[in-house]
Amino acid sequence: MRHIISILMENEAGALSRVAGLFSARGYNIESLTVAPTEDTSLSRMTLVTNGSEEIVEQITKQLNKLIDVVKLVELTEGPHIEREMMLIKLKAERAHRAEITSLVEIFRGRIIDVTDTSYIVEMTGSVSKLDAFIEAVHEDLVVEVVRTGPSGIARGPKSLGV
Amino acid sequence: MELSGAEIVVQCLKDEGVDVVFGYPGGAVLHIYDAIFKQDDVQHVLVRHEQGAVHAADGFARSTGKAGVALVTSGPGATNAVTGIATAYMDSIPMVVLTGQVASPFIGSDAFQEVDTVGITRPCVKHNFLIKRVEDIAETFKKAFYIATSGRPGPVVVDIPKDITDPNIKIPYAYPDKIKMRSYNPVTKGHMGQIRRAMDLMLEARRPVIYTGGGVVLGDADQELIELVRKLNFPITSTLMGLGAYPSSDRLFLGMLGMHGTYEANMAMHESDLIIAIGARFDDRVTGHVEKFCPGAKIVHVDVDPSSIAKNVRVDVPIVGPVRSVLKDMLKALGEHKKRPMAEAINDWWGQIDRWRGMHCLRYDRNSSVIKPQYVIETLHKVTNGDAIVCSDVGQHQMFAAQFYGFDKPRRWINSGGLGTMGFGLPSAMGCKVAHPDKDVAVVTGEGSIQMCIQELATCKQYDLPLKIILLNNGYLGMVRQWQEFFYDSRYSHSYVEALPDFVQLTQSYGHVGMRVEKPGDVEGAMKEAFAMKDRLVFLDIVIDPGENVYPMIEAGKGHHEMYLSPESELV
Ligand SMILES: Cc1cc2nc3c(=O)[nH]c(=O)nc-3n(C[C@H](O)[C@H](O)[C@H](O)COP(=O)(O)OP(=O)(O)OC[C@H]3O[C@@H](n4cnc5c(N)ncnc54)[C@H](O)[C@@H]3O)c2cc1C
Ligand SMILES: Cc1ncc(C[n+]2csc(CCOP(=O)(O)OP(=O)(O)O)c2C)c(N)n1
Ligand SMILES: [Mg+2]
Repeated sequence: MRHIISILMENEAGALSRVAGLFSARGYNIESLTVAPTEDTSLSRMTLVTNGSEEIVEQITKQLNKLIDVVKLVELTEGPHIEREMMLIKLKAERAHRAEITSLVEIFRGRIIDVTDTSYIVEMTGSVSKLDAFIEAVHEDLVVEVVRTGPSGIARGPKSLGV
Repeated sequence: MELSGAEIVVQCLKDEGVDVVFGYPGGAVLHIYDAIFKQDDVQHVLVRHEQGAVHAADGFARSTGKAGVALVTSGPGATNAVTGIATAYMDSIPMVVLTGQVASPFIGSDAFQEVDTVGITRPCVKHNFLIKRVEDIAETFKKAFYIATSGRPGPVVVDIPKDITDPNIKIPYAYPDKIKMRSYNPVTKGHMGQIRRAMDLMLEARRPVIYTGGGVVLGDADQELIELVRKLNFPITSTLMGLGAYPSSDRLFLGMLGMHGTYEANMAMHESDLIIAIGARFDDRVTGHVEKFCPGAKIVHVDVDPSSIAKNVRVDVPIVGPVRSVLKDMLKALGEHKKRPMAEAINDWWGQIDRWRGMHCLRYDRNSSVIKPQYVIETLHKVTNGDAIVCSDVGQHQMFAAQFYGFDKPRRWINSGGLGTMGFGLPSAMGCKVAHPDKDVAVVTGEGSIQMCIQELATCKQYDLPLKIILLNNGYLGMVRQWQEFFYDSRYSHSYVEALPDFVQLTQSYGHVGMRVEKPGDVEGAMKEAFAMKDRLVFLDIVIDPGENVYPMIEAGKGHHEMYLSPESELV
């Protein structure tokens, strides 16, 4: 099962390596990990996607909570939530393919943010599956480079993960 | 008050109530050593290897309940300390380890004696800090001691770059009296509803077993435990780490459980319908094969660390909280409950347990013409009136000490259980002796283990630490030899300790008393003589039966009911 854990932690040097180290030391999977400071500069927010049975994920959240730098965490997949990932994708875009690519980008509500004679860079945000679907939809010979952030997430409704 | 960073380090220790530090100097900590030199409040014990410093601080902590403190230099000082830190981590021992670091501007440049101490120790500490500014020292120390000693205790490393301790930079100093951390708030009380649910199960149980561990010792909850157990009249067993929290000599105590636990303790676990686990973590040495573990039992688990609960086995009633407060609340819940324990069923249960006891699983050959290790430990108990602090190394001798000393009080049994660190015994005993100068402190060791930190005999000389070292000399890495006998068709691959030193002469060359004992009839006399020499360290090199094995034994991956029993035991 896929789980998304959102973590609020002290913005201290080494905090990230404590999380990464925990996963490697205990043999847990990390599918993706995003981290950035929050509105409160003393805190950073991390979104972590992992895979495992209920028991393993229970241990993961307990072990994460045990890290002294972790202030709070929530397992987003337990409730209604929104996930978004950003992708930058470089495509081969010769004249012959331009119209097709442009309309695909429109359908997926992406933006073309860089154009050369032979290439486009497309920026797109959305759920993981939407980004996957876009990559599927583009002919694989046209894909030059894919850069994805990994999802970040937030719970729906008025409640917040704060201190 | 204006102080330099080095002076602040020492002043923080004073203000934290630390009166002894175990350490070893080097370049990165010289400013701190200079500050130590200029004062008399914090005593420093110079060890002979940094591993010894950390084990000594550990022994100090285990025997007192206070945080132990070690001080080492950067680079090799810090790496030598790692074994000691990991040892303390595995057994949840409160400790603060101060490591020197190269000056801040040099960090990351592969400077002389630089290692990434925070990185190296991260997986084996409760937390660690790298101090970045002189102004942060006091608060970091306060946090370090708070984290080390609260919740589930553990070692905390504080890495201090040399420039932070510069004697020429002075700043105002004040030690914070309190610390609050938004990211760290250990639980201080168990959930009363859960405690009542647990009590409901306890008062319905027909074949209950209380299984206690190191948490009861760490949480100083022995009195509450005794009260609860006696009120319930339930059988109680303990892990290696919890020995002494409940008196071993009491009728309700079944002995240790697990791989080398007693027949009665393991059978009772296997047949039980309710396990009440208190401050124990279901280690694999205890559970054996988890699928075969306590097949018919519901499980109540009390632990201050939520991650210990349901980690290895499923739990029916989890209770997160410190043992002492939870046991008090359990006593309250028992008092208020309408029901009483199922007296008749419990009586039948005791009848069954007494039949298992009839196996006499710890029986050994008392008429042997060679010295039996079990006899040595029993004699140690007799000569010390069961009241010594016994520090052990790792191996067969450790198991014999655990099985045969019969600990009646907590903080008397000091050993490395989780990491199983050979070399722990002697230096940890130094820490105990420094903390308890008036108590008998014995080291039970093997000829393999003692050689891993034997250099500390010099520390014992320098600081007049009159330990009694009981070497159970079987000429083998006995525990390894036993596994090879049982599981590798007696192919004794590299388990024979050849070229042993003459321990008597070796001890004497360090300025202590050494004696060799070869006959069963001489054991008691030699031991009495050794303990009568109150102000001398005495090393007894006791030649024991080289072929003796530790029984009972559950092979790794087997169930509790599948034990190897000693040839002497029998069901009568
Ligand atoms: C050669 C060898 C053989 C061994 N054989 C055996 C054996 O036969 N039997 C055996 O039992 N062990 C044996 N061990 C030891 C074993 O490896 C483990 O170290 C031991 O079983 C763990 O003990 P414990 O469960 O009490 O946990 P500990 O490591 O003592 O952990 C304590 C638990 O209590 C919790 N705790 C701490 N403080 C509190 C508090 N205040 N309130 C509530 N909870 C708290 C902690 O979170 C933790 O979960 C052996 C070791 C060696 C080296
Ligand atoms: C540092 C370290 N290395 C290796 C081991 C593996 N080991 C466990 S017990 C043991 C033998 C100990 O021999 P000795 O000290 O003579 O004790 P005995 O078992 O003979 O009583 C060994 C090698 C260990 N526990 N620690
Ligand atoms: Mg030996």
